[in-house]
Amino acid sequence: MQLSREDLLQAYRRMKIIREFEERLHEEIATGEIAGFTHLYCGQEAVAVGVCEHLSDDDKIVSTHRGHGHCLAKGCDVKGMMKEIWGSQDGLCNGKGGSMHIADTDKGMLGANGIVGAGAPIAVGAALTAKINGKGHVSIAFSGDGACNQGTTFEAMNFAVVTKAPCIFVFENNHYSEHTGVDYAVGTNKDIASRAEAFGMKVWRADGTDFFAVYETMRELLEYVRAGNGPAAVEFDTERFYGHFEGDPQRYRGEGELDRLWAERNCIDNFRKKVTEAKLLDGADLDKVDEEVLTLIEEAVEEARAAPRPTPDDVHKNVYISY
Amino acid sequence: MAKMVYRDAVRKTIFQEMERDENVVVLGEDIVGGMGTAGGPEAIGGIWSTSTGFYDAFGPDRVIDTPISESAIVGAAGGLALTGKRPIAELMFADFIGVSLDQIWNQIAKFRYMFGGKSKCPAIIRMVYGAGFNAAAQHSQSVHQILTGMPGLKVVMPSTPGDVVGLLREAIREDDPVIFLEHKALYGLSGEVSDDPDFTIPFAHARLARAGEDVTIVATGMMVGLAEKTADTLAEDGIGCDVIDLRTTSPLDEEAVLDSVEATGRLVVVDEAPPRCSLATDIVALASNKAFASLKAPPQMVTAPHTPVPFARELESAYLPDPGKIEAAVRKALDYR
Ligand SMILES: Cc1ncc(C[n+]2csc(CCOP(=O)(O)OP(=O)(O)O)c2C)c(N)n1
Repeated sequence: MQLSREDLLQAYRRMKIIREFEERLHEEIATGEIAGFTHLYCGQEAVAVGVCEHLSDDDKIVSTHRGHGHCLAKGCDVKGMMKEIWGSQDGLCNGKGGSMHIADTDKGMLGANGIVGAGAPIAVGAALTAKINGKGHVSIAFSGDGACNQGTTFEAMNFAVVTKAPCIFVFENNHYSEHTGVDYAVGTNKDIASRAEAFGMKVWRADGTDFFAVYETMRELLEYVRAGNGPAAVEFDTERFYGHFEGDPQRYRGEGELDRLWAERNCIDNFRKKVTEAKLLDGADLDKVDEEVLTLIEEAVEEARAAPRPTPDDVHKNVYISY
Repeated sequence: MAKMVYRDAVRKTIFQEMERDENVVVLGEDIVGGMGTAGGPEAIGGIWSTSTGFYDAFGPDRVIDTPISESAIVGAAGGLALTGKRPIAELMFADFIGVSLDQIWNQIAKFRYMFGGKSKCPAIIRMVYGAGFNAAAQHSQSVHQILTGMPGLKVVMPSTPGDVVGLLREAIREDDPVIFLEHKALYGLSGEVSDDPDFTIPFAHARLARAGEDVTIVATGMMVGLAEKTADTLAEDGIGCDVIDLRTTSPLDEEAVLDSVEATGRLVVVDEAPPRCSLATDIVALASNKAFASLKAPPQMVTAPHTPVPFARELESAYLPDPGKIEAAVRKALDYR
């Protein structure tokens, strides 16, 4: 593990930004100020950050309906995202997309997606561009355990293998698709990676609540893909702490399940514990980050509230033609 | 007659038909809710609560919770229907037809015709459509214009709980594939429903929601309520509107539209979908072809703009037709020459 102090602080900062961004959304949504459907990523931060810390803006990612974490880990502007979720005119997508459709192509973030399973084929396309350009860049498809049941995901995996596209399929298995459990919905009894394997890909599996496990796995995997071996896949075992969407009462959870997850499978607490016990960082360093992050999020919310609203004319902007 | 909300009208009608006919089966994502979890089946009971209690009543053979696999859901509904069952598949959001389009368009819509009329495909694909929840471009669309243009499908768009009951029961007892479109903003709408367990509304029988002699307003789904509101406002000014709720866009009750246009000479079509190649253009073409001599003004269309559905509240309101826009169109038709 060659993570410097700076690297560790940056990884922690990014995870913390995702966590606080969403904790704040969780509160604000309850007040009714934010419109639309919002799916929180809280609990899965170690995956997004452990994956994206290895990437440059030239490496592309394609995200899901649960996309805030991926966007933030890829370096999308925190305030621009908050404004977008608030529906402001100067949000990252001018208030047209909202939570489920945030994109920032300059950062290599090719879009969250409201259609489950739609991302993987797009990621293969981006990977083919990377292959043609020949500069060793990669493309990542984030998919949930539910999305791995879509034909699009299967088609994308086979296509990537056939074309040796430098595409990485990152499966975030949080054990639920909406309110249905992975044991019921996935015919391989949870082992999603074995599906990718069946298409002829090299696969990895790791604990997605452990930043270091994710980071290390991705280092190996990326070395393999960047060397021109074609696609690869990884399944991260992870957890989501909030409901499928905001407003979901999570009645499908077992008794005490959430308390246990927050206590034992909390990637941010686990990170803190690891780095302080190993004396890589001390509590004060981390507390300082916490404070900075809270200030940033507070500013982002205030600015989003004050930001200009779109006007009716904006409806017609960015369509090639109006009738 | 009993009072019921639109959502319950859907749930109760399917439930009753499942009790009546053991060949009726339902399938869809999360329709049981809680399968494979500690909370267990029925922990949630369907994402739209239109199938709550079904699993407990009818069991896993007839209430089939599916993985996220729209192609498989629609195709399997086709296979079930070809082999003697009466499947009712739920697509959750109408926008997801994109994923399953081949199975809808090239498969279930074409079986009867391609197979020389020798097979039946009594499948229903239910889906929830429409804007109004700031759910943005991929969860808010009105897709009836796409499906109405596909030969072989029947397309139903109920606007009241009473119509849900009559049209859904008709659809379930029908031998052709039916697309049943439920507007998400209507789920809480309350209305009278018939208690008669055999009450049905035949397809291609439009409903006259308001009667008036000056202008014909044609609408479907959520647009009907907006048109009625407009008609009530205009009535205060002494302007009378016929509001025609088409109920089904395929087959279409041409006669109801033409009779009204012939009487009023003025037509306004209200449609939540974008304007090109749409239900609105279709109805305007119908009137222009078959009631040209009666028209006293160019037919008006009040539609969404030719854009995807935007997210922000202000943008979505600007996107959707509303009574103000409908009133302006009526007045334009009246002021012509
Ligand atoms: C094509 C399509 N089908 C269904 C849905 C509704 N839906 C949204 S998220 C979701 C569950 C996705 O589960 P998973 O892929 O495991 O991701 P997670 O929510 O666990 O992050 C479903 C069924 C959708 N958005 N798109």
